[in-house]
Amino acid sequence: MGALDHIRICDFGGQLAGAGATKLLAAFGAEVIRVEDPTTQGRWDMMRVVGPYVDERRGVDLGGGFNNHNVNKLGVTINLRAPEGPALLEKLLAVCDVVTENFAAGVLDRLGFGYEALAAIKPDIIYVSNCGFGHTGPHRSFKTWGPVVQAVSGLTFNNGLPDEEPAGWGFSYMDHGAAGFMAIAILAALHHREVTGEGQWVDLASTTAGITMQRTAVLDWTVNGRPSRRPGQPNGNHADFDAMAPHNIYAALGDDRWVALACRDDDDWRALCDLVDDDDARAGRFSGLAGRLEHQDQLDEIIGRWVGGREAGAAASELVAAGVPASVVKSPRERIDEDPDLDAWGLFPSVDHPLMGEVRVEGVPLHFSETDWSIDKAAPLLGEDNDRIFRELLDLDGAELERLRSEGVV
Amino acid sequence: MSSLSGLRVLQLVDERTVDAGRILAELGAEVVVVEPAGGSPLRDEPPFVSDEPGPERSLRWWAGAAGARSIELDLEGDGLALFDALLDASDLVLEGRGHALDAVDAGWDARGRTRPSLIWVSITPFGRNSVRADDPATDLTLLAGGGPVWNCGYDDHSIPPMRGKGNQAYNIGAMYAVIGALTALAHRDRTGRGQLVDVNINAACNVTAEHVTYNWLVVQSVMSRQTGRHASSAPTAPVQVRCADGRYATTGVLPRSPAEFGRLRAWLDELGLLDRLPEAVFLDLAARRTETVEMVDVASDPEVAAILAAARDAMTLIASELPAYDFYVASQQHGFPCGAVVSPDEAFEDPQFAARGFVHEVDHPELERPYRAPGVAYVFSASPCPAPERAPLLDEHRDELLGSMLTREDERWIRRQR
Repeated sequence: MGALDHIRICDFGGQLAGAGATKLLAAFGAEVIRVEDPTTQGRWDMMRVVGPYVDERRGVDLGGGFNNHNVNKLGVTINLRAPEGPALLEKLLAVCDVVTENFAAGVLDRLGFGYEALAAIKPDIIYVSNCGFGHTGPHRSFKTWGPVVQAVSGLTFNNGLPDEEPAGWGFSYMDHGAAGFMAIAILAALHHREVTGEGQWVDLASTTAGITMQRTAVLDWTVNGRPSRRPGQPNGNHADFDAMAPHNIYAALGDDRWVALACRDDDDWRALCDLVDDDDARAGRFSGLAGRLEHQDQLDEIIGRWVGGREAGAAASELVAAGVPASVVKSPRERIDEDPDLDAWGLFPSVDHPLMGEVRVEGVPLHFSETDWSIDKAAPLLGEDNDRIFRELLDLDGAELERLRSEGVV
Repeated sequence: MSSLSGLRVLQLVDERTVDAGRILAELGAEVVVVEPAGGSPLRDEPPFVSDEPGPERSLRWWAGAAGARSIELDLEGDGLALFDALLDASDLVLEGRGHALDAVDAGWDARGRTRPSLIWVSITPFGRNSVRADDPATDLTLLAGGGPVWNCGYDDHSIPPMRGKGNQAYNIGAMYAVIGALTALAHRDRTGRGQLVDVNINAACNVTAEHVTYNWLVVQSVMSRQTGRHASSAPTAPVQVRCADGRYATTGVLPRSPAEFGRLRAWLDELGLLDRLPEAVFLDLAARRTETVEMVDVASDPEVAAILAAARDAMTLIASELPAYDFYVASQQHGFPCGAVVSPDEAFEDPQFAARGFVHEVDHPELERPYRAPGVAYVFSASPCPAPERAPLLDEHRDELLGSMLTREDERWIRRQR
């Protein structure tokens, strides 16, 4: 029994920011039905035609990212611009618990399916919209993708060296953030419906999610009047608000090999000192946090010397064995294929895709003692489940479905 | 009524649980933080109000524990009996110590399993049964080992990879912890049964690295860090521009449709910049096309390559002529999704967010003045999120909590008598 196998979701959410949310719910048993446009105008989920690809073939069913974000889901196609498209969607909505989308603000409303229309079809429906700025405020019409969300919420600024261009995030971190908060919104609204019988609209703005992930920096401004944009900030890999020292990423032997290391307190520092066994490190000025912060550059030089003479994995192992938090900055191979226990966790299950063959995908970083997740089905081909959903769930007969198909509705 | 009104959460508070507790409190749960004798170590974390350390002055504590109530309990001493009473009155536990808590008989094994309706969420660096369960870890080492740090940094690889600030490994863990908690709650709503939810922060970071992870999974391609843009298997053109005020902006994805190229050319014209960019002729060319311009054709079609290079140059030129924020707003008004790189506090002050009700005023009698704080990412139309009260003082709610427990015990006793 899945924790969510009583839930059916009509999912217009695409890319990672939308599809990533419902993927998690599908892994716990929710029936997630991706609704896409059947036309060849490229209005299906754009991730369908973005690599990686397993071989030289290209096409709407071959995008590796789409497969990753849509495992366990079903897929139907409905052309909402065709005369009978909206009526077909209404039939589907009438048997769904949740509607999700991450279009730009107002798009679903303009298609005729804003919250009021949805609630007229199914009064207790839960509608969760997910866009950059939400549906209110002067910037509601602004469009975003991950890097823009990260830029305007402060996350990009706060990753980099002082007085340099921001390094920012080398991936759409806030697509994950938006997906996570979207999943939370859906689940919270489901609980509310369970208790009260009431549906609702949850309007999620991913830019605000980004700000909530840096609350302490904001309070340093509102309470202390100290802005993040000031000399010496952001301070690279040194600790936020000088909470720890040493706290940095050091070069190890070899090409582009790095070890991250942090001393949480004086005990960690003493353990590190014993390991490094360097007379400079034992100098009294480093014995307390204040001294270590004041002389952080010299401190980094001493530790850099020690790490620099070692292979990254060996250095990190020695540090951890001594009780000092440390890790290699792991490459994809190291963290995915060579991790000591992610295999046992089952974090990267394989699915059998009808066209791509066996492909590994991302699983869920949770385990439940009673109703654990499972991922066992590849992402749907475009319109793969039209027969199953329209005939079995919505009771269309074969001739009717054939007609809709020939008229370009599905 | 809020989404989680009436849900009672007991949090053995530390750096791994605190952000999950905050998210649950914002959704209306009654969150109680159990602090060790002397208070949570989070109270010692900087920054402090006016830079003066003190147990009630940590802004990290204020940020994470807002909306919670506090009770001080020595679980390794005589606090266990009271802890049991609190557990009996709770629906959900958040803890970050895993087996270490079991070792003092305060964990899932001794106290969770025996309460069939209790949801027990354990948030640990590597999962409860990891071979590394006892290894020390911090936000930095988790982000380094879990993927995010590998993806971030500069084109110049003699500079180390970069860890973004804000305790993002803990934020990622918290997000998954809440997803786990509420999924387990959905099951409990149906069956009355609770369970253990094992949250693994390392695993969570490992599935929070977007394309870098699935490119490895699908084709074993390695993406490497680049300045201010997506990590890539081969270098890509910069997208971050230094604007006229010295601040930066990200120029986003390039135009594809003929109409977009036409708008970009018109924007150059509007700013009097057409003369500065002879390559703008390629924008004209693109505007007259009947088909979209696809990035995948760059290598095979010189015209596409010239068009996209001209678009990139046009966007860069415009950005360099305007202050970053003005460029951001103007880009959006012209239909191009660009963004200004602002600091967290600058982001917070953007009028957009106050207009959405994101800015809360929090009363703080001990501070003798209210302060402003970020609210929540979502607006629930039927079950609004409460504005959390200021973080609790140490042991502030002991009497209230003990009083309410007694009442519940009394109620149970009365029910039994009936």
